Amino acid sequence: MSEFNSRDTAAFKGVWVFCEQREGAIMSTSYQLLSEGRKLANDLGVELCGVLLGHNMGEGAVKALGGYGADRVYLCDHPLLETYTTDGYTKVICDLVAEKKPEIFLIGATNIGRDLGPRCAARLHTGLTADCTHLDVDVAKYKEFLKTTSTIDVDNTVFEENTNLKMTRPAFGGHLMATIICPRFRPQMSTVRPGVMQTQPYDEAGAAKTVIDRVAVQLSKEDIHVDVLEVKKAAKKLVDLIGADVVVSVGRGISKDVAKGIALAEELADALGGVVGASRAVVDAGWITSDHQVGQTGKTVHPKIYVALGISGAIQHKAGMQDSECIIAVNKNESAPIFEVASYGITGDLFKVTPMLTEAIRALKASK
Amino acid sequence: MKLIVCVKQVPDTSGVVAVKEDGTMDRAAMDTITNHDDLAAVEAALQIKDATGCKVVVISMGPPPAEGMLRELLARGCDEAVLVSAREFGGSDTYATSQILAAAIKKVGVEEDDIILCGRQAIDGDTAQVGPQIAEKLHVPQVSYAADIQVEGKTVTVKRLLEDGYMTLKVQTPCLITCVKELNQPRYMSVGGIMEAYSKPYAVYNFETLKDDPLIDLDTIGLKGSPTNVYKSFSPPVKGAGMMLEGAGKEACEKLVALLDAKHLI
Repeated sequence: MSEFNSRDTAAFKGVWVFCEQREGAIMSTSYQLLSEGRKLANDLGVELCGVLLGHNMGEGAVKALGGYGADRVYLCDHPLLETYTTDGYTKVICDLVAEKKPEIFLIGATNIGRDLGPRCAARLHTGLTADCTHLDVDVAKYKEFLKTTSTIDVDNTVFEENTNLKMTRPAFGGHLMATIICPRFRPQMSTVRPGVMQTQPYDEAGAAKTVIDRVAVQLSKEDIHVDVLEVKKAAKKLVDLIGADVVVSVGRGISKDVAKGIALAEELADALGGVVGASRAVVDAGWITSDHQVGQTGKTVHPKIYVALGISGAIQHKAGMQDSECIIAVNKNESAPIFEVASYGITGDLFKVTPMLTEAIRALKASK
Repeated sequence: MKLIVCVKQVPDTSGVVAVKEDGTMDRAAMDTITNHDDLAAVEAALQIKDATGCKVVVISMGPPPAEGMLRELLARGCDEAVLVSAREFGGSDTYATSQILAAAIKKVGVEEDDIILCGRQAIDGDTAQVGPQIAEKLHVPQVSYAADIQVEGKTVTVKRLLEDGYMTLKVQTPCLITCVKELNQPRYMSVGGIMEAYSKPYAVYNFETLKDDPLIDLDTIGLKGSPTNVYKSFSPPVKGAGMMLEGAGKEACEKLVALLDAKHLI
């Protein structure tokens, strides 16, 4: 690591993806990143490598990385890498980067990736862009992307031609998008928001062709300054309306069958990875506890997706959710005020629409 | 034992977003608040202070008006405040910011039993990078996403949040911990605290103060020294009046899900 020079940009080649595993299972983000990394590697005409740290990982799991696009897998196997630690993973990865010098290094923006990425970037003296939602190396492709996603007059704007990685991310709660580059240092590092990149179909032939490079890991107990006492899966989801990315709220429209209405909302929230909210009417009626209440006297939320099921949209309710990135309203009454703030509206019975919506989301997620 | 808490004054997300010519945010044109996760870090520090009687130092990098925020934190019970402010520091990305803050923290002094606390991420940049990068520059271990912190002598036990659960970690001081806002409920300023806030130690570190630190190099700080630069910044297309989907059947639901997928919302 001592002679490593991140400024010698010409010496770096290849696209790398950090393949995160938890308890021996590869995270789906890794496949998404490999699929995306494949495109970048093709545009640059270079190799795509997966970097996998763990202990006694199954042959199938390693080969699977090839099935999603990796030409090569750097397999770092060591008992101390079984569970994630900042120190252990950072050392092994930085040693490998210093030796092999990749030009692009992608990491999933999971709680672990967002811990690891900045630590590595700081050690390697290079730039890191957080939570990217779009990546390009090719300027023409970048321009195509801007045509549909921005208000920029693409044809009358000057773009500097280069093969730097153009890392686009939402800034400031999605009010603004920024494309970031790291022109003077390598590797160009980026954490990528989970769920954004599309996973390409698994390719059996790709898996068979993958080269597995077993890395001689230099790591000892003294390198790790944190003891992992316990890793635990949460038993029950707490109601965290403010922190949730998705809120599925129910209103008076569930009165026909309260228990079923709430159950349908829970299923939809579960499919989207969110929590259940409610209007004041529902809380006042005692159908749900007040920690679920959204609105002026409840909580103010601005999730990525807010689903309003059977909520008319009184001003007091709207005050608590109208800044959500995307609002979906389902209501029987087509003139309900909720539709004034909705990004998408469906006029219909929530008892019929909600299960179909849940089904469609599950089908999409299963296909990814 | 001493606790050093890094805080950031951020634009209020409910306000208007203003952008400068160079693609960076025009902070002066927006209302400001103390970053939520940082307030949780301050509260965590104050709770440890309540239990142990240790000292709490708050440190912030930003323009001179950030003094108001630091005085408020002194009024909540912090003991000392440091504002890191210089023209040379402006426009820094996370890498450059962490170098400058690490140098400032070294100037405050990191003892064997000290803990550095940061928020998980700031609501304006949302990167969650500065904390871990400071830890690397200071060569101390880090624990991010802390939802519970227990200090016993030089041993700190932290509950670290994962997406689907948590990890319990044990780490020795000196160390750096980044806090999530779910960690606690920040306390209010007290009247007595506000009275005292202006008589507590308050320092401004400028370029001169920090320039002898090897981390402070004009080539690696500020807008020009930052490894990352803005290539383009743009606004997403204006949100229309919304779209009503035809019908209320399976087809409408599938169309809606496809639209959400195309926008990367799910």
